[in-house]
Amino acid sequence: MDRRTFLASSAALTGLAVHGSFNQVLAQGTGPIKIGLLTPLTGVVASGGKEIVEGFNLYWNQIGKKAGGRDIQIFVEDDGSNPDIALQKARKLTEQTKVDFLVGDLLANTGLAVAEYAKTNGIPYFIPVIAADDLTQRKRIPNVIRVAGYTASQMPRPLADYAYKKLGYRKIITISQDYTFGHEQCGGFAQMFTELGGQIVSQLWNPLNTQDFSPYLAQIQSAKPDAVFAMETGADATRFITQWSNFGLKGKIPLLGAQNFTDQSVIRTMGAEGEGIISSAHFAEGNDSPATKKFVEEYQAAYKYLPSIYGFAHYSAALWIAEAINAVKGNVEDRPAFLAAIRKVALTNSPLGRPVRLDPYGNPIYDVFIRNTVKRPDGKLWNVPIATYPEVTQFWNYDPETYMKQPSYSRTFQGIKGK
Amino acid sequence: MILASKTAWTIIVLAGLALLPAALSGYQTSLATLILIYALLAMSIDIMAGYTGRTPLCHGAIFGVATYVVMYYVTTAGGSPWLGMLYGIGMAAVVSLIFALLAVRTSGVYFLLLTLALGMVIWGVCQRWTSVTGGENGLRGTVRPDWLLDPARFYYFVLFIGLLATFIMWRFVSSPFGLSLKGIRESESRMKSLGYHSTKHLVIGFVFSGVMAGIAGVLYALFNSFVSPSSVALAQSVKGLLMAIIGGVGTLFGGVVGAAVIIILENVVSSFTERWSMVLGLLFVLTMIFAPEGIVGKFRTIKWFKKSV
Repeated sequence: MDRRTFLASSAALTGLAVHGSFNQVLAQGTGPIKIGLLTPLTGVVASGGKEIVEGFNLYWNQIGKKAGGRDIQIFVEDDGSNPDIALQKARKLTEQTKVDFLVGDLLANTGLAVAEYAKTNGIPYFIPVIAADDLTQRKRIPNVIRVAGYTASQMPRPLADYAYKKLGYRKIITISQDYTFGHEQCGGFAQMFTELGGQIVSQLWNPLNTQDFSPYLAQIQSAKPDAVFAMETGADATRFITQWSNFGLKGKIPLLGAQNFTDQSVIRTMGAEGEGIISSAHFAEGNDSPATKKFVEEYQAAYKYLPSIYGFAHYSAALWIAEAINAVKGNVEDRPAFLAAIRKVALTNSPLGRPVRLDPYGNPIYDVFIRNTVKRPDGKLWNVPIATYPEVTQFWNYDPETYMKQPSYSRTFQGIKGK
Repeated sequence: MILASKTAWTIIVLAGLALLPAALSGYQTSLATLILIYALLAMSIDIMAGYTGRTPLCHGAIFGVATYVVMYYVTTAGGSPWLGMLYGIGMAAVVSLIFALLAVRTSGVYFLLLTLALGMVIWGVCQRWTSVTGGENGLRGTVRPDWLLDPARFYYFVLFIGLLATFIMWRFVSSPFGLSLKGIRESESRMKSLGYHSTKHLVIGFVFSGVMAGIAGVLYALFNSFVSPSSVALAQSVKGLLMAIIGGVGTLFGGVVGAAVIIILENVVSSFTERWSMVLGLLFVLTMIFAPEGIVGKFRTIKWFKKSV
């Protein structure tokens, strides 16, 4: 090695060393509260990820990015719709950016990966759309809280009750994407419906990204059920609803959907084929309560379309977090006190227009709406409430401890009575 | 003189690697650890792609199988991580033996496609065998022993194993056996007519590289404490292959450079722009145009050029 290469390489090493220590010095400053927002900006669910950022920012911008007397700084990182990247980004936000807490992620597997990291690290992690049941049930983690979120099996139960008691259906077929989120939502529906005395004729599971639903539609047609419960997300939901209508099943067999099946992210671009689908959720953008109306108008003014569950949930989460920050007077560094404040928040000013609070397991209790997709005067579709189930918890009417003794929902365990 | 400069370079690189945790923050150290792990994967792929001339698209799956075995053995079965790591590497060997027996008779694009399909089988199994693999959600739980929790210590642990494995790989490819693999790459029929059992050699080479990918996989389990089908997906194999290509196919150590470039890009550029994958794509295109032999390959030609002048 000659002198020149030696000089160059030692200079490079020193540069590296200085760079490293510089970062550490920077990180020790206090001042603004730093929030790490993880969201898929690339990958299969990138469009939902964009709405997460929009909803979250909308509220912070409205209140001037200040809470508890401190400035709020938001650091957005792309989780790439991939759990490995999500984990890597969570590490980066926590250890490099030194955020005070993490919020976000969309896909259950990304959220579960980050939750595991939060468990070992102790950093508070709030999950407004990660619905995996066990995160607030069998495998709950004290610093992972479903702020303004919901549990997958929580929402379909009221719909099962409504379908049996009010609509009088007795024989239902479920069709769902074949992954955990689908298994859990169908499980909630199937268990409830069969316990009431109904019958789940068959359960169809289609792979994610199914292009052609015709084999499933043919099976449904020949089984002649009273109704179909469909749990599809994103482009699968769009394709299912379109093909359902193209095959002439629309109007012949009633269609029930999981909350994401008729979410704005799906029906936003639809016409008549998307009308008249009954679903259940805590949020209905077509609700005429003043609080909801105000939120929907503000969101529309800011982003030119109606809010989806992703935007709504993260707007509410920002609201929730801001209240907790105010309650601890900006001292988010005291994690136990901050987490206690988060748990204590009873949201009265949420876009739902109804008070929302957490159950002892860290999952919100909601008034759940039975919704119908209706055309607005301007031709756009939205979800309008037709019935309300007050105070629905993630455990419905079951005793939580007894409920958690049954296995988690999966493709093989759907809680179907008599099986 | 060439030898002396090689030794000097090796010492500089080793010293740099050893001093890294002192210079970097905890997060940056963990990033460096990740680079070392992926460097192993890229080098294992390079053994196939660079030395036997058969480009595999299943090493991500072999890597992921090892990760799954560790995660399952420690979190579900409650075993020790050390034994889990052994089982993980063992399983990687078994899987790569099966793959090797099925795939080595082909070459070129057929080999590529066959290994791609085999890798997809693993991915499908991990996705559907929910009771064991946890399906889409994967397996979680802390598998790293307590005394390795400190990022710097874990870095040294990975560095030690990585150096050991790199040394073994380097000996492997520069041995007479490694030469016979190169011979097969150049002309399989000639090697056959010289009396070499080329299939047997390829199987051994494949299993060896699979074991190395398995070592990377078990380290990844300790690193992440999490595994999901994305660890065995095609994207993982492609990522490893791209690292090998960027660094330089057939250079072995190119894998380290390629891993560093891609991981740093992925984690640093992504904080500036959400279009970081475009930057990555651009980098591939530019590499292919200006340095098709890879960064390390290019560097070698330049040095040779200087010396000959």
